[in-house]
Formats: sequence, C-alpha cells, structure tokens
Amino acid sequence: MKKQKRVGLEGSFAVAEAVRMANADVISAYPITPQTHIVERLSEMVADRKLDAEFICVESEHSAMSACVGASAAGARVFTCSAGQGLELMHEVLYIPSSMRLPVVAVVANRALSAPLSVWCDHSDAMAVRDIGWIQMFAENNQQAFDLTLCAYRVAEDREVLFPAMVHIDGFYLSHVIEDLVLPDEEEVAGFLPDYEHPFALDPAKPVSMGCYAPPFIYPETKKAQVVAFEGTRPKILEVWKEFGEVFGRDYAPVEEYKMEGARVALLTMGSCSETAMLAVDELRAEGGDGAEATTGLVRLRLWRPFPFKEFREAVKDLEVLVVLDRAVSFGMGGPVCSEVRSALYGCEEAERPKIVSFIAGLGGRDIRVEEFKFMIRQALKEKAEEKAEEKAEEKAEEKAEEKAERGEEIEAEMIGVRE
Amino acid sequence: MLEICVYGRGGQGGVTLAELVAHAAISEGKHAQSMPSFGPERRGAPVLAFLRVSGQEEGRIKIRAEVVEPDVLVVLDPGLLQVGSVVSRLKKSGTAVVNTKKTHEAMKSKFEGEGGGGEGVKRVAKVATVDAMGIARAVLGLPIVNTTMIGALVKATGVVELASLEEPMQERFGKVAAKNVAAMKKAYEETEVS
Repeated sequence: MKKQKRVGLEGSFAVAEAVRMANADVISAYPITPQTHIVERLSEMVADRKLDAEFICVESEHSAMSACVGASAAGARVFTCSAGQGLELMHEVLYIPSSMRLPVVAVVANRALSAPLSVWCDHSDAMAVRDIGWIQMFAENNQQAFDLTLCAYRVAEDREVLFPAMVHIDGFYLSHVIEDLVLPDEEEVAGFLPDYEHPFALDPAKPVSMGCYAPPFIYPETKKAQVVAFEGTRPKILEVWKEFGEVFGRDYAPVEEYKMEGARVALLTMGSCSETAMLAVDELRAEGGDGAEATTGLVRLRLWRPFPFKEFREAVKDLEVLVVLDRAVSFGMGGPVCSEVRSALYGCEEAERPKIVSFIAGLGGRDIRVEEFKFMIRQALKEKAEEKAEEKAEEKAEEKAEEKAERGEEIEAEMIGVRE
Repeated sequence: MLEICVYGRGGQGGVTLAELVAHAAISEGKHAQSMPSFGPERRGAPVLAFLRVSGQEEGRIKIRAEVVEPDVLVVLDPGLLQVGSVVSRLKKSGTAVVNTKKTHEAMKSKFEGEGGGGEGVKRVAKVATVDAMGIARAVLGLPIVNTTMIGALVKATGVVELASLEEPMQERFGKVAAKNVAAMKKAYEETEVS
C-alpha cells in the first residue's frame, strides 16, 4: 500500500473524487438536493480538464439514466447520481441496465419523498428501488462513500458480474458533511480498477441488439437468467472487497459487526446513523452492569442487494433480541428492512432466531441521537422480558393456538421520536 | 471533543466558517466534522452550522446529529441574541464568541445574570467580543463577518492555529484570500476575552 493522503472532504466531493480517479468516460446527471454538490464538482472537473469525460446536461433524471444506458452499451464507463424525487423520476429506466447487464454506477444521496416536501435524509428513495436488480451498498461515512464508489465500478464491470451498482450515501449526513478521510494513490487506484471493456459493446462493425422485444415464450427465461446471474455476483463482491482491503487497508463485508462477541441483543442499521449507534452500544455496555444491556452489539448491512442472507444469519445467530431500525415506512407493512430481516430468518428454527423488534426513526432528516438508540434497546429488552413472563403464564394455561394468532401483532413498528 | 455552534443569518457565511475551521483542524492532524443545518436558504433568516473538533488520539468523530449543547457558540449577528432558544443551549462552562459594537464589558454583562441579556441568554464561563462588522467593512469592504469571526473563535478557544487557516482560505477564496486572512488576523488581535 502506497502512502495515502489525509484530507478533509465533503461526502459529495469524496464521491466526485472517486469518479475522477475511476476515470469515468461519461457523466450524465441532473442536479437535485442533496446530491447537487456531486454533479457540480464533476462538471467543474470536466470543465477544468481534470477529468476527461463527456458531461451530458440532461433535462431530467429519466434522461440521465437513459443516456447512461446508451453510453454504457457503447462501452463507456459511466456515472450518474440522484436523490429522492429525482431517483423516482429515474425509476422506470433503472430496470434497463440491470436487465441489459450494463455496469452503470450510480450514487444516491438518500432523501425523503414528497409530500410534504422534504429535501432531508431518509431511506424512502432507497427502499423504492430495492427491486431494480442493481447491486446496492450503503456507506456510513465519507471514507466509505469514496471507497464503495470505487468498489462499485470494480464489481459492476467484472465480466462475471456485469450488473449496475448503486452506492447509497445519506443526504446531508454524508453529502454535506466535511470530515477527514484518506485518498489513495492514483496509480494504485488505476491498478485496482483496470480499463473497462464491455464484451458486447455496441459496434457498427459487429452489430448486436440489446433489450429488445420478448414475447411470453422467452421473457421468463431472460428473467431466470438474470436471477441466476445476479445471485452469482455474491462471491465476486466478496472477492473485490477482499482485494480492496489488501490494496488499500480498509476492509468491507456484506454484514459488518461491532462488539458482537458475546452479544445477546443487537441493533441493525444501514447508513450514516451507524456510527452514532456505535456510541449507543458503547454507553449501554458501560452502563449496563450485569443486565442484558451490557451485552449490546451492532450489525450493519453494508450490502443491501443481493441481500446477504448467509452472513446476516451468521451474525445474529446467538442473539436473543434484534432491534431493526428503519429509516422508511412501507405503509401497511411497517419497516421495509425489518420485513426483509424477518423473512431472512424465517427458515431458522424458532428457538434459534432472535425476537425481532422494529423501530422507525429518522424520517425526513430528523436526527437519531444516541439516547434514541439506547431507548430502542431498552424498550426491546423490556418487551422480551414481558414476553418471557407471558409465555410462562401461557404454558400453564396451555393456550398455544391463541398465542400463535397473536404473534402477528409484532409486525407493528414503533415510530420513535415523533410527537403525537 | 469540542462542539461548536455557529449562529448567523443566511448570507453571513456561517456554514463556510465551520467548513474552513474543519479543514484547518484536519490539516493539523485532528479529526473534525462540519455539518450545516440545512433549511430554506433565505438571506437574513437565522442559520445554524455545527462543527466538531477532536484530537488525533480521541479517534474518529462518530456522532452524526446536530450539536445540542455546544461548548462554544459563535454569534455572527448580535441581533440574534434576542432570537429563539439557541443561546440558551450553550453549556454553562461554555464560551460565547460574539460580533458586537458594544464594549466587551457591556456584552459580558449580558451573560452575567440568568436570562438578563435577552431571551435565553444565561451565565457562561467565558465571553469573547470583537467588532467583526467594523473589521470586515474596513478590510474586506464587505459586511460579511464569517472569516473575521474565525479570528475571534481562534483567540477565544485555540481550537486551531491561526496559520492553519491560510491554506483553506486560499483554496476557498483564491484572489481574495489574502484580505480574508488579514481580517481574521486583525480580529484575532482585537478580540477581548474574559
């Protein structure tokens, strides 16, 4: 590992720096708060000839992604970014690169969705695009925003992957925060990220068709092929992160653990609140005495798609209680991350899976403070204790059927830090 | 870790102040985090910016939420002392750094009694004052006090070395960096702290 340069950078500028070092060929983006600084910085870089790329000014996010699709199909390394409503306007086109196996890289500065209008952070935009067939990762600080953007190119463009990749950075909490991070040596980045060559790029000399009409006799087969190929990206993602760690000294994993040794209760988070959650874990461990609180840990989903089932189950296997934080709402279904977590654990023996307690917080830029994370853990432990007491009482009464019927009520996620 | 709130009005450059000091601290090997409290950007409306600085040995700054109880409050516009509850958030052991035309004693006395100097103004450990508006008008020829107030902040807290700000200002302001550095230095000299 060569010398890395320690700098202070806004999250948006860190992303732009990663795109510059990746030497992207085509950038097509439409500015929207809180992603604007990424676009501005990149357009400056192109204008100042610090980055030799085509910067396509488009009239909407729908066009931004369409231009990325075309450029990527022609064999270019492309970049776009968006947020909130912009990502929603892009939505229709997001399925195209994943179905046409084009390694577009996008960064999303996560933002709430209207109405009411909010430019601030939550994960509503990310949750709305969870099924688009892109590889998706969440960054929790500006260093990771930089690192994961580089990794996104390397993963997406791998011949055995060829899927688009999306890096989520929380709007404002990362996009507008200046903090210290290290930038790697540019030659080393070039070594890690070789020039991209799409095996079937559009070329008049060797014509190919992409994404054309598929009647019922072939459409399901194309989707099956896509599913199989997408599943097949898992080992490659691990391989790229391993190599990144070897070259640059920072390790990433699909599920990252904090103080999980001997933990009986844990928080599950994604994105920028994860480091605040670490502080809560530290405090609970220090204050918890002999109680279960003193065994609090934290798991963060770094990789969101493909969902890291194996690693997740492994991380939570010894827990009694898992507290899942959602920064979005699936109306009528509670917290979307929590739904997925439940489904990921459904196959486990009942005795082996933790009680899951769901919280929704941090909507529309509301801060999630250390105290709130502590409240979540304490509340969850209280519920667990009450449940144990109830189970004992019910065992005596042997009313098993009724107990099962009531279980469904657990799906209710508690929204905390919200005035009545 | 030192937690700083910058309280100004839209257009006064409070966010830039926090960013410049963060860059200076990072260049000294410290950890720093500057965070705007982003809202409707209207000129003249009260705006908060947050800054955290911690020593190298203290490790990364992990908290990602607004500063609730600052150690230091930088007030870019003295009129804001009468507005809202921001001033009352300042820790009792904290430092108020105020841009004011008033004498140091007059401003200091505002912070002597509980609630005496306007809504929410309370006793704090240390008050620093400087006529930043006067300096900015004289040196920059502009009524923008953010870089000037950095001089007062550094004098009152020693959060960074004055010299560490020259490069961030050069990067940020280019041709007019020298004037901003001069205004900062003048404020550093003229700031009264007690």
